[in-house]
Amino acid sequence: MNNNKQKLVVIGNGMAGISTVEQILKLSTQFEITVFGSEPHPNYNRIMLSYVLEGSKTLDDIVLNDWHWYADHGITLHTGTKVAKIDQMSKEVVTEQGMRVPYDKVIIATGSNSFILPIPGSDKQGVIGFRDIADCNQMLEAAKTYKKAAVIGGGLLGLEAAKGLVQLGMDVTVVHLMEDLMERQLDHQAALMLRHELERQGIKFKMEAQTVELLGDERVSGLRFADDTVLEAEFVVMAVGIKPNVEVAKNSGIEVNRGIVVNDYMQTSMEDVYSVGECNEHRGVCYGLVAPLFEQGMVLAKHICGVDTAPYEGSVVSTKLKISGVDVFSTGEFIDGPEHTVIVSKDDWKRTYKKILLKDGVMVGAVLYGDINDSAELQKLIKQQTVMTDELYDTLMGSGCCGGGAKKTASIEAMPDEEIVCGCNGVTKGSIIEAVTSQGLTTVDEIKACTGATRSCGGCKPVVEQILQYVLGDGFETAAKEGICGCTTLDRDEIVAEIRTKGLQTTKEVMNVLGWNEPEGCSKCRPALNYYLGMVYPDTYEDEKESRFVNERMNANIQKDGTYTVVPRMYGGVTTPEDLKKIADVSLKYDVKVVKVTGGQRLDLIGVKKEDLPKVWEELDMPSGYAYAKSLRTVKTCVGSQFCRFGTQDSMSMGALLERKFERIDYPAKFKMAVNGCPRNCAEACTKDIGIVGNDGGWEIFIGGNGGIKARLADSLCKVKTDEELIEVCGAIIQYYRETGNYLERTSEWVERVGLEHIKAVVVDDLENRRALMERVEFALQQAEEPWSKMLNDDSSRNKMFDTVELKG
Amino acid sequence: MGAEQETLLYVGTLDLFMKQIGRVVEWNGEQIAIFRDSGDNLYALENKNPHPKGGPLAEGIVSGHYLYDPLYDWKIDLKTGLVQAPDTGQVKVYSVKIEDGNVWIGA
Repeated sequence: MNNNKQKLVVIGNGMAGISTVEQILKLSTQFEITVFGSEPHPNYNRIMLSYVLEGSKTLDDIVLNDWHWYADHGITLHTGTKVAKIDQMSKEVVTEQGMRVPYDKVIIATGSNSFILPIPGSDKQGVIGFRDIADCNQMLEAAKTYKKAAVIGGGLLGLEAAKGLVQLGMDVTVVHLMEDLMERQLDHQAALMLRHELERQGIKFKMEAQTVELLGDERVSGLRFADDTVLEAEFVVMAVGIKPNVEVAKNSGIEVNRGIVVNDYMQTSMEDVYSVGECNEHRGVCYGLVAPLFEQGMVLAKHICGVDTAPYEGSVVSTKLKISGVDVFSTGEFIDGPEHTVIVSKDDWKRTYKKILLKDGVMVGAVLYGDINDSAELQKLIKQQTVMTDELYDTLMGSGCCGGGAKKTASIEAMPDEEIVCGCNGVTKGSIIEAVTSQGLTTVDEIKACTGATRSCGGCKPVVEQILQYVLGDGFETAAKEGICGCTTLDRDEIVAEIRTKGLQTTKEVMNVLGWNEPEGCSKCRPALNYYLGMVYPDTYEDEKESRFVNERMNANIQKDGTYTVVPRMYGGVTTPEDLKKIADVSLKYDVKVVKVTGGQRLDLIGVKKEDLPKVWEELDMPSGYAYAKSLRTVKTCVGSQFCRFGTQDSMSMGALLERKFERIDYPAKFKMAVNGCPRNCAEACTKDIGIVGNDGGWEIFIGGNGGIKARLADSLCKVKTDEELIEVCGAIIQYYRETGNYLERTSEWVERVGLEHIKAVVVDDLENRRALMERVEFALQQAEEPWSKMLNDDSSRNKMFDTVELKG
Repeated sequence: MGAEQETLLYVGTLDLFMKQIGRVVEWNGEQIAIFRDSGDNLYALENKNPHPKGGPLAEGIVSGHYLYDPLYDWKIDLKTGLVQAPDTGQVKVYSVKIEDGNVWIGA
């Protein structure tokens, strides 16, 4: 079929091989490509394994090129297949199973393996490296069974592994041979600050310790050190380094030193055979980081496609530790010697450290700890061998003088197009500019979506922003004004004002009259408009099911497999033996997978089939708990004066009362409350949208708390003496938030945007206004209906929404 | 419907389907999500989210002839099944025939 195409065989399905292939595909269609990978997965982002361990990403999240990608580009992919050698005589690549694939060109991109210390016991069970998904899975497994882990090696990989294991609940000790952590990237000072921070995060350290033996029978049970002391460990991760995987090259008779020896065009000693990435050795250097492989890959791709290219002359490497909350960066030369001029600034209060090294006035390296905002800038300056000037010093070391902006765009101008901006995903300045100009992008998010830049560690975001600014020039500011979604340039306040003054009645009308550029909107604006209209016209607006997010439309929470979670109301977190029995019976009857107590004192029935939802609601015969809604979710309570010896107020009754009163109507976002019987605050008022704390003479009201992703402690709003006053202030807060909050804006953000003093003036001090707000919320509440029973009484909608149509073939 | 042999399956009447709200049709164990736009056009797609983590499609938000999937908010063209940038992928699409308010799908 493709007889006229050249046959390119890539040995290695990792980041180096595949990014080279991506570059080749951009340049030419002249190749018929075959890829061999030893792992059973498509290509994934190895440097993000730490995030998988840490739990912030899943394996699926880090796949770079899925199976479709290979198919779409006509690439033949053999996973789980090891190549044995390259047969130069017959020009064939030979696998371990004996498959022979002819080639015109070969790229060896076999990466590297974990270096396993050659000490007794290192072959025991429970001893692994940290290189691939299989290692990652082993660590996740081990954490379920074992408690004590040791990580040998206090370098980048070791620390990331250690943090991951701590996150998984293990007791972790990092064993390091040297005095300093990450001694190949950090100086003494930064290493010390790093160690203190990691100790704070729960990692233990044993420094200057040489492991001489791993103890145990079949499975590892501990480490013995050179001074004969012993550390107990049921699981050991060796992260002492990597060694280039040169097996294929060696078997094929290609020149190998520490790595596969290549020249400036990535050619090996064998004709038509190239090598890229961690498996090679260029000018005596084997790189163990990601940025060089992209740089090598670009030179190789151009060379192999016959496009003119400058030679690869080595990389200035920089390092960033991928542990949440620990920002460490280093680049170039960073250990100061007599030949260096050292610029240092250290701040023990903010726990930041910055060091820049100069050699004959030229910037040659830097270390940052704590604040790494300047990392991209420094990396570039050092790469370009910039001479330090007064002006540069001022911007980098902060003399308090302003005027850095112009200089920043100037440095973007000077940056060559093929320079890599995003080291994680290999995105160049040129490709970002191309994307911005050809597709009219105006935000970093769009650039991220389009090119992948900033998608991984995010360290390059400042530079991407500067590039955007550089390309858009004056357009940058105007482009920054964004509406509530891509369909409009209007913001919330403008939209609500237009709805009120023009009397707009439906989402369609809003979109028509206000000139939406998508006639039926999108998944962002439709739910928002639906909310604003319902808020403005509580009695006449007809709620649009089709503009609701699935959970709210189905009145249950969708799970990733398409089943649902049903949560009945338990007012104030109080239930009865009868209700519990009913919940148990229904759970058994409908084969509920898990019954879980939520953080809000209720019961989740997880794993209900869509078509069973109406029957489950009917048989539960309880009100919906609104666990899915932008509405009042729960009112958490403590035991209070009914039973608690400290309780001064009846928190259970007040919680149930408030929940009954303010449930069912729509809020801008989910809304949680708590009522405490005394200042011991057992129901955690400080992390709720409204938190109420009982005291001897009345109640204290807190607002704007959040325990979620943007944690915020609630602010004290006021104290009230009577229950009536409490209810009225709560109602006024709720209504004012409903009327002024942006859709999806939590009170924690709302309080900061609108201002606590302002809210206090409107809902507490201005009594007349407080009553008016209360009246409006009461009016809205009168219109609300219980959604489960409403749906049960609406046969037509119920069937159409929940039932499957069975066809006979 | 091209040269390929296709079986036409009778589904029922158009009013089985609410405007802009998907519904699942099952045939031979296969789940097909049917969407009606804000008018009388129907689209039929395999009820399988093209996102690597899968899941259903039927409960997404319909705008024009696009669907925003219910789990990951990917934008999918109901006519072609093509996932819109920046995400990629394609959902299998079935042909739909409407005559006098009766609906058939080609499978």
